[in-house]
Amino acid sequence: MPFEWFVALRYLREGRIQTVLILLGVSTGVGVIIFLSALITGLQSSLIENTLGSQAHVVVRPPEEMPRLLHDGRVEGTDPAAVARGLAPGEDALAVRLEKPAQRLRSINQWPQVMRDIEKVNGVTAVSPLVAGSAFVTRGEATRSVALRGIDPERFTRIIDMPSRMATGVFRVEGTEAVIGTGLAMDLGVRIGDRIRVLTAEGRTDVFTIAGIFDLQNKGVNDSWVLVSLKSAQNLLDLSGGISAIEMRVEKIFAAESIAQSVARRTGLIAESWMALNGQLLVGLRSQSSSSTMIQAFVVVAVALGIASVLVVWVVQKNREIGILRAFGTTRRQILRVFLIQGLLLGAAGWIVGVGIGTVLSLIFASLATNPDGSPTFPVNLSAQLFLGTFAMALSVGLLSATAPARRAAALDPAEAIHHG
Amino acid sequence: MADLITAGRAATKSDGTQPVVLLEQVTRDFGESVITRVLKGIDFRLETGEFTALTGPSGSGKSTLLNLIGLLDRATSGRVCLDGVDTAGLDDTALTRLRGRSIGFVFQFHHLLPAFTAVENVMLPGIARDGRPSEALRKQAEQMLVRMGMADRLRFKPGQLSGGQQQRVAIARALCLGPKLILADEPTGNLDTAASDQVFDLMRQINREEHAAFLVVTHDPSIAARCDRVVELVDGNIVSDRAPVRA
Ligand SMILES: Nc1ncnc2c1ncn2[C@@H]1O[C@H](COP(=O)(O)OP(=O)(O)OP(=O)(O)O)[C@@H](O)[C@H]1O
Ligand SMILES: [Mg+2]
Repeated sequence: MPFEWFVALRYLREGRIQTVLILLGVSTGVGVIIFLSALITGLQSSLIENTLGSQAHVVVRPPEEMPRLLHDGRVEGTDPAAVARGLAPGEDALAVRLEKPAQRLRSINQWPQVMRDIEKVNGVTAVSPLVAGSAFVTRGEATRSVALRGIDPERFTRIIDMPSRMATGVFRVEGTEAVIGTGLAMDLGVRIGDRIRVLTAEGRTDVFTIAGIFDLQNKGVNDSWVLVSLKSAQNLLDLSGGISAIEMRVEKIFAAESIAQSVARRTGLIAESWMALNGQLLVGLRSQSSSSTMIQAFVVVAVALGIASVLVVWVVQKNREIGILRAFGTTRRQILRVFLIQGLLLGAAGWIVGVGIGTVLSLIFASLATNPDGSPTFPVNLSAQLFLGTFAMALSVGLLSATAPARRAAALDPAEAIHHG
Repeated sequence: MADLITAGRAATKSDGTQPVVLLEQVTRDFGESVITRVLKGIDFRLETGEFTALTGPSGSGKSTLLNLIGLLDRATSGRVCLDGVDTAGLDDTALTRLRGRSIGFVFQFHHLLPAFTAVENVMLPGIARDGRPSEALRKQAEQMLVRMGMADRLRFKPGQLSGGQQQRVAIARALCLGPKLILADEPTGNLDTAASDQVFDLMRQINREEHAAFLVVTHDPSIAARCDRVVELVDGNIVSDRAPVRA
């Protein structure tokens, strides 16, 4: 064992109270940071997971129709030039009003080609066609307004893993089969094998057999989605051969917005990411992250100051001993290293204890409240990254806070230190 | 540095011998606004194997002189040569290495490190020199402690030893690396007569066996009387330098 380690280890062992105090400081700090990070990243990822559990990462739609300009009751075309003219100031003598076109379903032009193009965009892992529109479902006396969604089951499964989220029955929408959510099934009082009638604003109607009932853990979705085959939805919504949207899944969820933008640029279609659609959630997550970062920064500073102040006292107490070591041929560098090593060792040892504290706290917290299915209400995320990150932090805090005391020790005048302590 | 060493050697070659310590017109001032000259131009030689007492009233500058010779402090002016090396041009690291290699210290208060056992205390200078402990060092340290009559206290910590025993460990530590020069500042000042005699006899014995030079600060006339040479310092000047007056 090198000289510096030999001395550093012995001093740590002999300086019981100081060692214990510093260890307490470091391990409390590390424990708090691990607990806090695990809790917040756990909460955040479960929030995001819940949000994305029933939602595609990016949805591509056809562009909105130009607002039509009406004046004097006469309909102008949707020619943009006319719109610009109509909006120009000075013409307000005319009764001008803008009117959004009626919500008529429009298809994405040449969607198979568009889909193939989008599939090739970097970071996109799955794309799936969607025919969506509103409809009514009747069953006996009950009538419910629902969201009719025609899907390609294989592709859609890669967007949302439906087979794993079936409450009962199977995920199958062949022919006149339909899959609905638990909420709607309860509302209508239907079970697997029961029939429901679907009626659309286009005046078309069809009868489906319930093949499966899903639970996507989202009340809105469970209450309203009726999943049928692409072809059935196209018929019911009068969109023969067309689709109303393309849904996408991406590799890195936080890259969704930039991917959406590049898809929009490339195709001229509207592409919205989950981030744009859940702005509030994102703002919430961000402010949560930044407040947790701030708390962690304060903890780090407090721990560093604690280590530094205990080590400074230590150096003062050891002045004479350091002088003696210097008299017997120990160089300034060696003295400096002794104290830096102490800082490192304290950081490392504090980290080990802190990991224990943080992990136990997190697990206790996670077990305090559980969902009916046994999963924790407040999930914690104890990742290897978190452990490695706090390890690096503990070592650097130990090293940095030992720097000032170590320099002080190395700079001691040996004669002075020996004779006056 | 090589130049300085040869320069130092050349300077001492003229009279044929190479003293362990050579001081020429050494002064040492303390203070910033009010400057006190504590050493006022000391000329001093110490030859290999010489056992010299340094005496003088309190405050005369004995410890200050010892610190300069021991390279723990630098002279304000004058030359300090150790074993033929002029120390003026050496940086702190070089001074530290030279000190570790050629000088052993014994202080009035043993100044052992309380966290380490007797053997470890004796080994520490060697560990610092080599960068790591070794079996050879341990053997050497144990042998030295045995010679000091400490065979049954090797694993004791300083706190578990008497004053005389502590001082014997301190002497073992000073001697362990076989230095050419041992500087002792009142090594027996803190001991009763019996312990004091024992410690002194050990030092003389080592001096005879190893031919190491000793410079021992003492207030005790009976100790001074048993040295080869007595140097008296008064008010920063050497006022006498002679063989001891035997009782
Ligand atoms: N670091 C210092 N700063 C200022 N003055 C000092 C310093 N060290 C020593 N002195 C002064 O130098 C003078 C000589 O001190 P020194 O310790 O060398 O005396 P000494 O001969 O060893 O005395 P004693 O026998 O009491 O140990 C004293 O007046 C002391 O006050
Ligand atoms: Mg003194």
